[in-house]
Amino acid sequence: MAELFQHPGYEEERLRRVAEQLPCREVQTGMLLSLMGQPHQYSYPSIFIYGHRASGKSHVMHVLLKELELPHATVSCVECVSVALLFEQVLLAFFGCDAASLLPRSASLSDFVRVYRQQCSQAPAKQTRYIVMEKAELLRDTDANLLPALLRLQELVEDNVTIILLSEIVWDKFRPNTGCFEPLLLHFPDYSKGELQRILSQDRHPSYSDEFYSSYINILLGVFYSVCRDLRELRHLAALNFSKFCEPLEEGKVKETDTHKLWRNIEPHLKKAMQTVYLREVSSVQWEQMQQMEEKENGALRGLSAHTHVELPYYSKFLLIAAYLASYNPARTDKRFFLKHHGKIRKTNFLKKNEKTSNHLLGPKPFPLDRLLAIFYSVVDSRVAPTASIFSQISSLVTLQLLTQVSHDDQLDAPKYKCAVSMDFICAISRTVNFEIVKYLYDFL
Amino acid sequence: MSKRKIQAAHVPIGECITQVQQILRERLCHQQLPDRPEGLEAQRKHLLELLRRTAIHGESNSVLIVGPRGAGKTMLLKCVLRDLLEETEAQKNLLQVHLNGLLQTDDRIALKEITRQLHLENVVGDKVFGSFAENLAFLLDALKKGDRTSSRPVLFVLDEFDLFAHHKNQTLLYNLLDVSQSAQAPVAVVGITCRLDVLELLEKRVKSRFSHRQIHLLSKPTFTQYLAQVRTQLSLPADFSDNQFAEDWNASVKTLVEDKSAVDVLQRHFNSTRDFRSMHMLLMLCLSRVSVAKPAVQPADLLEASRLCFSDAKANILHGLSILELCLIIAMKHLNDVYEGEPFNLQMVHNEFKKFLQRKSNSMYNFEPPVIMKAFEHLQQLELIRPLDSSAARIQREYQLMRLMVDHSQIMEALQKYPQCPTDIKQWAMSAFS
Repeated sequence: MAELFQHPGYEEERLRRVAEQLPCREVQTGMLLSLMGQPHQYSYPSIFIYGHRASGKSHVMHVLLKELELPHATVSCVECVSVALLFEQVLLAFFGCDAASLLPRSASLSDFVRVYRQQCSQAPAKQTRYIVMEKAELLRDTDANLLPALLRLQELVEDNVTIILLSEIVWDKFRPNTGCFEPLLLHFPDYSKGELQRILSQDRHPSYSDEFYSSYINILLGVFYSVCRDLRELRHLAALNFSKFCEPLEEGKVKETDTHKLWRNIEPHLKKAMQTVYLREVSSVQWEQMQQMEEKENGALRGLSAHTHVELPYYSKFLLIAAYLASYNPARTDKRFFLKHHGKIRKTNFLKKNEKTSNHLLGPKPFPLDRLLAIFYSVVDSRVAPTASIFSQISSLVTLQLLTQVSHDDQLDAPKYKCAVSMDFICAISRTVNFEIVKYLYDFL
Repeated sequence: MSKRKIQAAHVPIGECITQVQQILRERLCHQQLPDRPEGLEAQRKHLLELLRRTAIHGESNSVLIVGPRGAGKTMLLKCVLRDLLEETEAQKNLLQVHLNGLLQTDDRIALKEITRQLHLENVVGDKVFGSFAENLAFLLDALKKGDRTSSRPVLFVLDEFDLFAHHKNQTLLYNLLDVSQSAQAPVAVVGITCRLDVLELLEKRVKSRFSHRQIHLLSKPTFTQYLAQVRTQLSLPADFSDNQFAEDWNASVKTLVEDKSAVDVLQRHFNSTRDFRSMHMLLMLCLSRVSVAKPAVQPADLLEASRLCFSDAKANILHGLSILELCLIIAMKHLNDVYEGEPFNLQMVHNEFKKFLQRKSNSMYNFEPPVIMKAFEHLQQLELIRPLDSSAARIQREYQLMRLMVDHSQIMEALQKYPQCPTDIKQWAMSAFS
C-alpha cells in the first residue's frame, strides 16, 4: 500500500483515502495511477480493462476519479440505447448543459466531435478528461464506426482525453475488421479465496465479534466457493443467511467459540440456499420469511420452477404426449410401439449398433403433423374425430410454447413441429391421464 | 549517478521527472510530430512536391497514401503540411478540408462538413441551410466557377478513405475526383487508408478519374533501425532544462538498448509487429514505472512491460473461473476430442461430467442441474462458448448447440496455473479418453 503514496501531482491525503476504499486492489490502482500520470500530463488515448464480474473494475475507476476529483464522465452502455444519449452524457459531464443542448436532434459522431472541439477551444483541458464506458461489449452491437472512433477520440478532438473501456470480455472479440487504434490492455484478476474472505469480513455485524463473523464467512465460502466467485453474489448470500447462523447463539444453546456445532447447524441450510436463493427460485424476501417461520421446513415453499404444472384439456394432454413421443422416438420404431399387429420385429433388429447417443442428449427432432395425429389416435383409447377443436388445440399448444413450429414456409400444408417440454413435465402430464410414457420411449427400452 | 549532487546543483529531481514524463508522454501518447519522418524521405519529398504544385501552381492532383495501421501515414501528411505551410505563398493560398471516414459516415454529413470548413457564404454561424441537392449544386458551382489562375486551391484530406468508398453511389468521391480532373478550381485530394485493395472498392467511373498515384508506406525497418528508433523515442531533447539530468538519462537509455535482456525483449516485439503504435505502447508502459525513486528505465521495466503486452487474455479469464465452470470446460474439451469438433449442447456436457463423477467415489461436485445451467450460462456470457445459430428463443436452453471458443493448449495451460486445482480434475483433463 506504501507505493500508492508516491504519485506526484495528487494530494497524499486523497491517495490515502483511495487506498482505504480499495482493499486487495493495490497493484491495479497503482498501475492505473502511474498510467494516468499527473493530472495535466497526457495519458494513453484508450485503456481497456477486463476482468470477471465483480472484480472491482467500475469500483476502482469510480473511487479514483471521485476522490482525486478528476474531470470525468461515466457512461453505462446499457443505458445508451442510441449513440446520441452517449454524446449528450459526455458533453454534459464535461462542459455543462449548454454544450449538451448544442447537439442536433439525431446527433451523429460528426456533430459530437464538432461540438466537442468547439467547446474545447473555449474551455481547454487543464487536466486529463476521462470517459469511462461500462459494459463496453455492447459497443460492438451499435454503429460499426463508433468503437474505432472512440478509441482515437484524443486524435479526433485534439484534447487531452482518455477513454477507459470496462468489460468482462477479452479484447480479441472487439477488434473490428479493418483494425483500429489498439488500446492499452489491463487485466483485473479475480479475487483469491483469502481476498474474498478479507473483503467479506469487513462488513461484519456490530453486535458480534470479528472472529465470529469471519468464521461464518469461512463456512459460507466452503460451501459456495466451488460454484460461485462473484463477490456481489456471495455478499448477498452472506447477508441473507447470517441471522440463521446466529440463531443457536441467541437461544443460548452454544457459545461463540463452538465452531463445530455452529457449522453443523448452518451447513444443510446453506446447501439448501444454493438450490433456492442462489438460483432465484425463491426470492430473498421469501427466504427471510421462511427463516422466521420455524416450523416450516426450508424449501417447503414451492420455488418458481415448481409452478410449471399446467392444467390442460384432456385431448391436449394426449396431443402433447404424442408430440413428445414423435420428437424423441425415431420414426422407424413407430410401428413397433404403436401398431397392434406389428408382426415379429426382434429388438436387435431396430437397435442399430452405431446409434450410441440417445435422443434425450441431442434434443427433440422435428416431425410432421401426420405423424403426430397417427400417434395421437394410437395412444388415445377412445375414438376421436378429427374435429376443428383438435387442430385448434395443436395451434394453441404452439402459442403456449409447449410445441414449436419448425419451418414457417407453409402454414397449412404439412407443417412440422417440435416438442419443447422437458422429461419431468411430460411424465407429470402422463401420470394425470394414467399413461406410462416411459414404456413407449425408445431411449429407455 | 549521484542524485544528491544533481539536486544541489540543478533543478530538483522531482521536477526533472515531471518534465521527463511530460515530454515523453506527449511524444508517446499524443503522437507529437517528429522534426523529420524517419525512413520516409522519398515519400515525403514526393508528397511535398505534389502538394506544393497544387498550392502554388494551381495543379489539380489526387493521391492515396496506403500503409498498414501504425505505419505513420497521418504523421507523414502532417509533417508535409507543416513544411508546406512554412512557405508564405502556400500559407496565404491553401484552403484545407479534413474529413474522416469514421465521422462523416454519409455524403450528406460530409457535405455539411465541407461547407462548414470552407466558410461558405450561405453559412450563418454554424448552421447550414438547404437540402442535400442544393448544397451539392452550390458547392460544385463554387468549385466550377473558379479557374486555375484566380481561385484559391483547396486541399481535401480524406482519412479512412476506404470508408468513403462504402457511401451510396460514391457521389462524394466521384465529384471530388471529377473536379480534380477537369479544368476547374484547383483541388488536391489526399486519401489515407490502410487497405491495400482500396482501388478495387472504387466504381469504374470513380476509378478512371483517380490519378492512380499511390504512396506506399511499407518500409520494413531492420532490427538495428528499430533499436535506434526506440532510443530516439526515449531520449530527451537538447533543450531540456537540466543538462546534467538529460545527459544521464540519455546515457541510461543508451545502456538500456545495449543491454542483453532488453534487446531480447525488443527482438520479440520486433518479430511480432513492427508498427510504431505497439512500440509506443510498450515504451509507455515502461515510462509509467519511472518515478522519483527510480529515475531511469531499467531492463526489468521493459521485461515487465512486455509481459503485460504479451499476456494471454483468455488464460487470464480461465484463471478466474470457479471449479464447476472449469469442470464444464474440461468436459467440453473431451467432447471436442471424441466427436472431432462437432458442436455440443448442455445435456451432452452434463452427461460427460456425470461420467466423470461416477468414476469417482466421493460426490463433492454433485451439483443440481439448475446450478450447472447457471454455470453454463456464465460461460456463455464470457463468450468462452458461442451458440451455433442465434435462434435462441425457439430451442430449449439445454439443447442449444454450442461451440467451444478456447484452444486445448490454453485449457491445459490454465489448469497448470489454476490455484489449488484438485488433482483428480487435473487427471481427468489429462486423460485422453474420458
